[in-house]
Amino acid sequence: MEAINHVAGRAIPFGRKNVDTDVIIPAHWLKTITREGLGKGAFEAVKKEPDNVFTDPEYAGAPILIAGDNFGCGSSREHAAWALLDMGVKCVIAPSFSDIFSGNAFKNGILTVALPQEAIDRLMEVAKSDPIDIDLETQSVTTPFQDRFSFEIDPFRKHCLENGLDEVGLTMAQDAAISAHEAKAKAELPFLARTLATAA
Amino acid sequence: MTKNPRTLYQKIWDAHVVDTRDDGTSLIYIDRHLVHEVTSPQAFEGLRAAGRKVRRPDLTLAVPDHNLPTTARKDAAGHVLPIADPESATQLAALRKNAPEFGIRYIDATDREQGILHVVGPEQGFSLPGATIVCGDSHTACHGGVGALAFGIGTTEVEHVLATQTLLLKQSKTMEVRVEGKLGAGVTPKDVILHVIGVIGTAGGTGHVIEYRGNVFEEMSVEGRLTVCNMSIEGGARAGLVAPDETTFAYLKGRPYAPTGEDWDKAVAWWKSLATDEGATFDKSVAIRAEDIQPTVTWGTSPEDTSAIGGVVPAPEDFADPSKREAVKVSLEYMGLTPGTRLTDVEVQNVFIGSCTNSRIEDIRAACEVLKGRHKAAGVKWAIVVPGSGLVKEQAEAEGLDKIIIEAGLEWREPGCSACLAMNPDKVPAGERCASTSNRNFTGRQGPGSRTHLMSPAMAAAAAVTGKLTDVRELVG
Repeated sequence: MEAINHVAGRAIPFGRKNVDTDVIIPAHWLKTITREGLGKGAFEAVKKEPDNVFTDPEYAGAPILIAGDNFGCGSSREHAAWALLDMGVKCVIAPSFSDIFSGNAFKNGILTVALPQEAIDRLMEVAKSDPIDIDLETQSVTTPFQDRFSFEIDPFRKHCLENGLDEVGLTMAQDAAISAHEAKAKAELPFLARTLATAA
Repeated sequence: MTKNPRTLYQKIWDAHVVDTRDDGTSLIYIDRHLVHEVTSPQAFEGLRAAGRKVRRPDLTLAVPDHNLPTTARKDAAGHVLPIADPESATQLAALRKNAPEFGIRYIDATDREQGILHVVGPEQGFSLPGATIVCGDSHTACHGGVGALAFGIGTTEVEHVLATQTLLLKQSKTMEVRVEGKLGAGVTPKDVILHVIGVIGTAGGTGHVIEYRGNVFEEMSVEGRLTVCNMSIEGGARAGLVAPDETTFAYLKGRPYAPTGEDWDKAVAWWKSLATDEGATFDKSVAIRAEDIQPTVTWGTSPEDTSAIGGVVPAPEDFADPSKREAVKVSLEYMGLTPGTRLTDVEVQNVFIGSCTNSRIEDIRAACEVLKGRHKAAGVKWAIVVPGSGLVKEQAEAEGLDKIIIEAGLEWREPGCSACLAMNPDKVPAGERCASTSNRNFTGRQGPGSRTHLMSPAMAAAAAVTGKLTDVRELVG
């Protein structure tokens, strides 16, 4: 996974609330067996609307997306995160995110930044003409006009994002603890530990 | 272990903590993992690339469901028919190859146990109370109906569970949705959950796990509880559950993977101890009177856009929040609806009875109660009933329900996700309406330009015979 410390550049001022993952990537794009190439299908329906921000050349290749409340709600499809990555988005800023989406984004090295609506309104304004700067180290979003907004991030997630750490590998290193839990569960809750192999 | 009063969710959580970090993240052990063809190929690809194995193939079950056509799977001579769509065929073939390669039990599209994962899990006794269950699908919350802590995960998490049988999670907040009183005639579990989502909104449960409490859920069948928990995600909650009780135990006993003998007695004793302790508190509580719930339908493109069937299409101005007002405007335009129109005047051209929300035997029975002796209206072009599994199909046929469906002019299909999500041939044409028992009415969900109205199986059957959204109480007294 690519390490992420700093994201700077133009931001797509989308701003819409309750953007579900069907909007981010419609179901018919889910039929892939690899992770690449989904950027083409990202926001497919929105791209057909007149004057939309996704086909506006002004924002082509922008690494930041600004959205409204509850971004990424609906289906758990991780393709939503892959589609954003494939279109070049490395950071999404919104007042709130769905739990599943923010998890998927994190696991793919996309930074999700939650800021109050007033900050979003201001950034939407700035994004129309100027770049935005996000610094993970200092947990701040700044603009060329001296705006500065601080954001919270889980320390573990911050550490993983900054170092591009693979979660599966990190957990596999805890094999002893997992095995100990399995042994305990087998003794105390045998009906849960009971396997398909023995049940068949 | 703490003596403080705990909720059902907290007890299941505590029993599965492998390790807790300083920042409050826990490594949680996963008891059951369900795998399907859409969200797993990239996970297996990742394992292969890193030279990793599946840690507990014996706790993992793979079943194809999303992409499968629901038409006949074999020809008259018994030969398996090819899948026409090449991309679907590729995903289905990948699962058929990946599962045995990693030692995972695989139920094939042509096996009688095949079905939608969220129907198969409980039906096989694979999903058990107190278990942690995950699947790369947000409707995994469904299994909360048997008292499991079940939730959807993304593909990277699928890979994480396959490799380590654990997930890194932060404990969620707890939310109580209490429904008490007496449900009126014609009001089903689907109406209850649609009403609940209408009250709490699609973000009402974000960050929370919902426990459904009160006499209405206590008196509900396991099938009904599965329907309710299924749509927890539509209320923003990653998981929803109902405490396991005698109804749950009776449902599970004797199922293929349910515990037996001494194991069963031990299991029941533990399951009984899981109920939320007296004095335990929830971070959020919502109370609803059963008497306030009517047969409910959706009119917009968000599951929170619900109304009692006796209502009218609302106007954007009816909403205080400016952003919701804008969303309603866009959604009414998409749905082709005019504010003030009586919902019972809205005509439908398609009917879909099925999906992980409503494709169990009780759902088919409820639809047939309305369909019996009636016929599909002339304006309804396409109406299908899709059982949730091969076993539901067998049961329905044993009860003669397939005949009622076919005589009413509806199609009786093979099990799968079908018209819920436009990933297989079952789609609703652009600009047409569908009375649907599925769980999402998002823009384009049932096909580009499709217009979805969510409702119960009985209400969908009523719409099939009248050709309009209909109050089922007018047909079945």
